[in-house]
Amino acid sequence: MRSLIDILELSTTELEKLLAVACDIIENPQKYAHKCDGKKLATLFFEPSTRTRLSFEAAMYELGGNVLGFSEANSSSAAKGESVADTAKTVGCYADIIAMRHPKEGAPLVASMNSSVPVINAGDGGHNHPTQTLADLLTIHREKGRFDNLTVGFCGDLKFGRTVHSLISALKRYKNVKFVFISPSELKIPDYVKETLTKEGIKYTETTDLEGSMADLDILYMTRVQRERFFNEEDYLRLKDSYILTPEKLANAKEDMSILHPLPRVNEISVAIDNDPRACYFKQVFNGKIMRMALILKLLEVE
Amino acid sequence: MQVDTIKNGIVIDHITAGKGMKIYNLLGLDSLECSVAFIKNAPSRKMGKKDIIKIDADIVVDTAILGFVDPDVTVNIIKDNKIVEKKTIELPEKLVDVLKCKNPRCISMTEQELPHIFTLADKENRVYRCLYCETKA
Ligand SMILES: [Zn+2]
Repeated sequence: MRSLIDILELSTTELEKLLAVACDIIENPQKYAHKCDGKKLATLFFEPSTRTRLSFEAAMYELGGNVLGFSEANSSSAAKGESVADTAKTVGCYADIIAMRHPKEGAPLVASMNSSVPVINAGDGGHNHPTQTLADLLTIHREKGRFDNLTVGFCGDLKFGRTVHSLISALKRYKNVKFVFISPSELKIPDYVKETLTKEGIKYTETTDLEGSMADLDILYMTRVQRERFFNEEDYLRLKDSYILTPEKLANAKEDMSILHPLPRVNEISVAIDNDPRACYFKQVFNGKIMRMALILKLLEVE
Repeated sequence: MQVDTIKNGIVIDHITAGKGMKIYNLLGLDSLECSVAFIKNAPSRKMGKKDIIKIDADIVVDTAILGFVDPDVTVNIIKDNKIVEKKTIELPEKLVDVLKCKNPRCISMTEQELPHIFTLADKENRVYRCLYCETKA
């Protein structure tokens, strides 16, 4: 029995297999419609995240399985002070697999250490969110057909963006991948990420200029610049527009660049771009559900 | 107890000067019934100054703690006034209930019953990270 807590628990070989299954699900959905008949997924959401929960639930339903669970902590046993370990032991008696979202970092790991069924980390605070990374990876795989020889730009909040950090660690395992980190100086990529890249000989550049970096990019991964990350309103207002993607800023971009965003977006990608063939963020949502299906099959060991 | 003579027991030698007290505390030596000698700033040919701890009882010390605080120490096991074994210490892969995580968002902060576990993330730089949230020790 295995769980998925951190994206790096999947080797590149396992990841390739998962992507192959995902592509097959897209090609032949009917083949998978009854793979999980009679199986139950428990969605234990100790903090609300409607889109992630719906994605997991849709994934399980499309495999023919059923879903039970809760969507916020105050309706759960945690409100009565039950430990994560006890919740995991209890739910393991009802469900075949668990997807857990928790505001505390490491909670899904604790659940996996105590559960008799596989646990999928559906986001633990600012720490890990491996199924988002799987969605990102399937999108890159489908759009680009490769993970090597890519120049990947990350733009926005690179300091607190957990999706950014895990995508970097997943992609740096491939040959000749270059990273471009585009952010206001307040939200720069943390030193420890850069240290690892330097140590492993992976090329990266840092800049505050989105437009100026555009021409080199094969992938542009946008994230939200949140107001609460700034010390004062002035800085926020001064900076936020520089990190909004508009059709004008795309002028120098490659024809086949892919624009990704983990969503929800607020205003960092202008809606005018939604119909641009390079916009992939809604495909990413679809791919997220497909990868969750592939992952559930893998962890339940359903052939 | 004469500081120099231990019949059956343990001498933790070559402790980096200044780290002896930390080791004393983390090993919980204050709760021992037997004699324990704590020598601070002893002259050392190799190190200039060193700390030494002598325990006059045949107990088992937690080498993980020693390895974490000061992996350069040597542990001498004394039987019948003779050193019968000299142990060098390695950096432990895992520390259980030695350190506490400082990250307020870590699950180990809210759930009091969880063991505090740190794992060796970078041997070269002796970096330990919390098992749950990966925060640096
Ligand atoms: Zn922690």
